[in-house]
Amino acid sequence: MNKKQKKMLIRIVVTFLLLVGLSMTPVTGYLRFGLYLIPYLVIGYDILKKAFKGIRNRQVFDENFLMAIATVGAIALGDYQEGTAVMLFYQIGELFQSYAVGKSRKNISDLMDIRPDYANVERDGVLEQVDPDEVEVGTLIVVQPGEKIPIDGMVVEGSSSLNTSALTGESLPREVTAGEEVISGCINMTGLLKIQTTKDFGESTVSKILDLVENSSSKKSKSENFISKFARYYTPAVCYGALALAILPPLVRLGILGLAPQWGEWTYRALTFLVISCPCALVISIPLSFFAGIGGASKAGVLVKGSNYLEALSQAGWVVFDKTGTMTQGVFEVKEVHHSTIETEKLLEYAALAECASSHPISKSLQKAYGKPVDRGRVTEIEEIGGNGVTARVDGVSVAAGSDRLMERLGIAFAPCHATGTVVHVAVDGAYAGHILISDMLKPNAKEAIRQLKKAGVKNTVMLTGDRREAAEQVAGELGIREVHSELLPADKVTKVEELLERKSGKEKLVFVGDGINDAPVLSRADIGIAMGALGSDAAIEAADIVLMDDDPLKIATAIRIARKCIRIVYENIYFAIGIKLICLVLGALGIANMWVAIFADVGVMVIAVLNAIRALFVKKLS
Amino acid sequence: MKKTYKIDVDCANCANKMEEAARKTAGVKEASVSFMTLKMVVEFEEGADPKAVMQEVRKNCKKVEDDCEIFL
Repeated sequence: MNKKQKKMLIRIVVTFLLLVGLSMTPVTGYLRFGLYLIPYLVIGYDILKKAFKGIRNRQVFDENFLMAIATVGAIALGDYQEGTAVMLFYQIGELFQSYAVGKSRKNISDLMDIRPDYANVERDGVLEQVDPDEVEVGTLIVVQPGEKIPIDGMVVEGSSSLNTSALTGESLPREVTAGEEVISGCINMTGLLKIQTTKDFGESTVSKILDLVENSSSKKSKSENFISKFARYYTPAVCYGALALAILPPLVRLGILGLAPQWGEWTYRALTFLVISCPCALVISIPLSFFAGIGGASKAGVLVKGSNYLEALSQAGWVVFDKTGTMTQGVFEVKEVHHSTIETEKLLEYAALAECASSHPISKSLQKAYGKPVDRGRVTEIEEIGGNGVTARVDGVSVAAGSDRLMERLGIAFAPCHATGTVVHVAVDGAYAGHILISDMLKPNAKEAIRQLKKAGVKNTVMLTGDRREAAEQVAGELGIREVHSELLPADKVTKVEELLERKSGKEKLVFVGDGINDAPVLSRADIGIAMGALGSDAAIEAADIVLMDDDPLKIATAIRIARKCIRIVYENIYFAIGIKLICLVLGALGIANMWVAIFADVGVMVIAVLNAIRALFVKKLS
Repeated sequence: MKKTYKIDVDCANCANKMEEAARKTAGVKEASVSFMTLKMVVEFEEGADPKAVMQEVRKNCKKVEDDCEIFL
């Protein structure tokens, strides 16, 4: 509790004791009025002051003003105890709200406690702690065990394991040694690391993420906008209702029915209205739910750029994936060698040597499978044949390695491959020597990810890829994705997403998930763009609406679940708070609910709504 | 041009009122107040002087909610 809150707590306790004491003191008349004025002023002086200032600034429908009118009115009617108690409970509610909000603010900022306070720079042989902002690119910094890496850079000396859980939600530590890139925000756990910085602090991952999280609440959701609008009309409407309730029924009784007007009774009912007119519960609980939802998501390694995206994600009906790098690891491996007329190793050696000049992932996978250093001196006359493969001379023997089309072009009869993946045919000295099957690996969680998405209520899953049809269909079949569009150029992906956007029905939202490398146009075209494995990739963090910190596809379902839960809580609060208030208004107008019921409804609804909102912070982990 | 300011305010509805007051200030194109993060993001009109505009914004906010502060 801060100072302000402690002071309020003391005021509340004092008022409570005074009220209990007074209720047992048998005094009447002016003395009673004077005595009750003490606790009333102790608890309500600031409200009265604010109400007065509000009138001066022509802010009439301000909750301070309403509370002041209601309580002063009650006291004027002789209900001293009720007037004071209403003020007391109102303040208790405000205190609770301020405490709960402060607490969740702290909780959530603790979750994202990745801001490094200093960087260790060696100067004249002594370690000095400096502000990370002042460290220039290329400076050598020292990170001791237990410290956070303050700035992105490259390990120059030492090895250690890094705890990345604050960034990715992943609890498995990452091992790093000299020569590897490291990102800021990770915690160095075991060994001393010397790191050469490659970025300014402001450009480092940790700054980007903090920036993103801290600004996330400036993009407001429809529900939040609805509530601020509702609050704008609700309070004045109830106030006019109160005025009407105080004046019309007595006039009707007096003029038409010829009964006693009962001014006091109707004024009391009108004051009850004013107590219920405060929209606090709604106004606080909706932003709090979103705030907690975004906080809980970032704890799970899902960064959401605004509550509007969380709201949109909860309506996800279509999830469209990129294949390579999203559902597969994007790492090609030689799987098999078929129809080989020579030794497998020999075939791989020829293929690897012929492809040695290329840096394409396929050539790399060939070289990796060959496993020995490639001696370029053995290769001459390398010629690329327009994206179909290469021809070269290896140890003086002519070798051709490439696709079906290359073989057709060279007029070499080949055995077509029925398995899926990328096929490299090899011909040695003009004769067919067999082919090598290369394929990408599925991510370990890919299948489970699709299953969880379906379980989370996503109706359609679609895969888009630039890859061959066979390869795409095989992956889709393994994963259980029905719709696949293959052999797409990057621009075709945008067109496809546009087609899908046409096909979906009104309220459903289309999510596109990509690994962020060249998906930026598609990410921004879809209703919600999710970039995954985006740590360190600035373009993806910019273009996407939601960023998955690691590259686990299971997080997509986690994100949707978080969004659905958060929105469910938001609606629960909206219906619950508005419902209770309306019921109380009706009961108050009928004279069934008195001021006690009204204040309990007001404060109680607020407390329950706030507690419910905080629930959005807790995220169930998918295995 | 967009700028972010730290603010201090006690209740969520007051934050909404500040947002409205800021939006109505001349020279402000768009304003958004987050009660949870206690921040105000102001987008200024082209050619407006942020310093002068923010003085006005603060004045207008104080009018609707006496108990608020914008740290300029």
